[in-house]
Amino acid sequence: MSLTNEIIKQKVEEKFGESVKAFTEADFGLLTFEVDRAKAIDLMQFLRDDETLRFNFLTTMCGVHYPDNELERQFAVVYHMHNWLDNVRIRFKAFLNGDNPEVESATRLFLTANWMEREAYDFYGIAFTGHPDLRRILNMDEMVSFPMRKQFPLEDGGRTDKDDRYFGREPQNSNLN
Amino acid sequence: MAENIKMVEAPAGFSGEGFFATSLDKVVGLARSKSLWPLPFATSCCGIEFMATMAPHYDLARFGSERPSFSPRQADMLLVMGTIAKKMAPVLRQVYEQMAEPRWVISVGACACSGGVFDTYSVLQGIDKVIPVDVYVPGCPPRPEQILDGIMKLQELVKNEKMSRRDSPEYKALLATYGININ
Repeated sequence: MSLTNEIIKQKVEEKFGESVKAFTEADFGLLTFEVDRAKAIDLMQFLRDDETLRFNFLTTMCGVHYPDNELERQFAVVYHMHNWLDNVRIRFKAFLNGDNPEVESATRLFLTANWMEREAYDFYGIAFTGHPDLRRILNMDEMVSFPMRKQFPLEDGGRTDKDDRYFGREPQNSNLN
Repeated sequence: MAENIKMVEAPAGFSGEGFFATSLDKVVGLARSKSLWPLPFATSCCGIEFMATMAPHYDLARFGSERPSFSPRQADMLLVMGTIAKKMAPVLRQVYEQMAEPRWVISVGACACSGGVFDTYSVLQGIDKVIPVDVYVPGCPPRPEQILDGIMKLQELVKNEKMSRRDSPEYKALLATYGININ
């Protein structure tokens, strides 16, 4: 019997109850759901260690910024896991507080999470509690902003040879009155 | 020996029977300009154009740059070719500091000159933010002819440079604006 999305959903709901919600299927039948941030890593451990589920591989994880959401849902971390034995993938998301984005580190389950979490910290400032070495990984150490947060400009402030008008960056570039 | 070998003209001076007198600056400048050892610092596509420039078709060796030096200690001319990320900037600066005087810098391509299309938080907006530059070669990427033209422009600078320049207070002040120490 193959591992279907129905079985995964049933087992996860049985174990985590109210903490998991919003189950949907994305493209290619990818099971997608949300989990409370306090339970995210417990869920990951369950998915990995359960004898039926056997999600033995953390494919990737990343941060997301939703500045227009309510405060409790302004950041998210997205985890992708893969069961190599049945070749099934899933994706789940935990929403974080906008003022204090903090979630438990997955490094105690998967060593590969170390660099992925450093990247999410580098670009979004998400604090992973229990991470052994949480510092920037791609940007220079002196950087003070978390550049993928939408309040930070993409452009470098030091640029002197550009005329904003030619780049559509004038605050008001048309007169509709 | 082939007869069509082109020799440089002797610098202006006084000649008489059995002697020729000119200024040391001119002789040294002439010699330096015809043996600039390049140090390629290539990070992206401009580096590919430089590879063509080094190769026999364009033949950088014709200009006295026969030996690309992959050690900064034995190079005269630093060619920075490609996008320099801000994280790379201290590395570039260290390479520059490791070069012995006299040293010259050519910035090849839009990215090295100004950041190019990468007007973004992670990219250095021109290498002249961290090291002094002598010649800028525009283009995205510049053709090998343009790189050669830049090298010939630098040769003119080298040829006319006074030997005392590197000890002058102006030069030390220039380096000080970049926070580079010379001892």
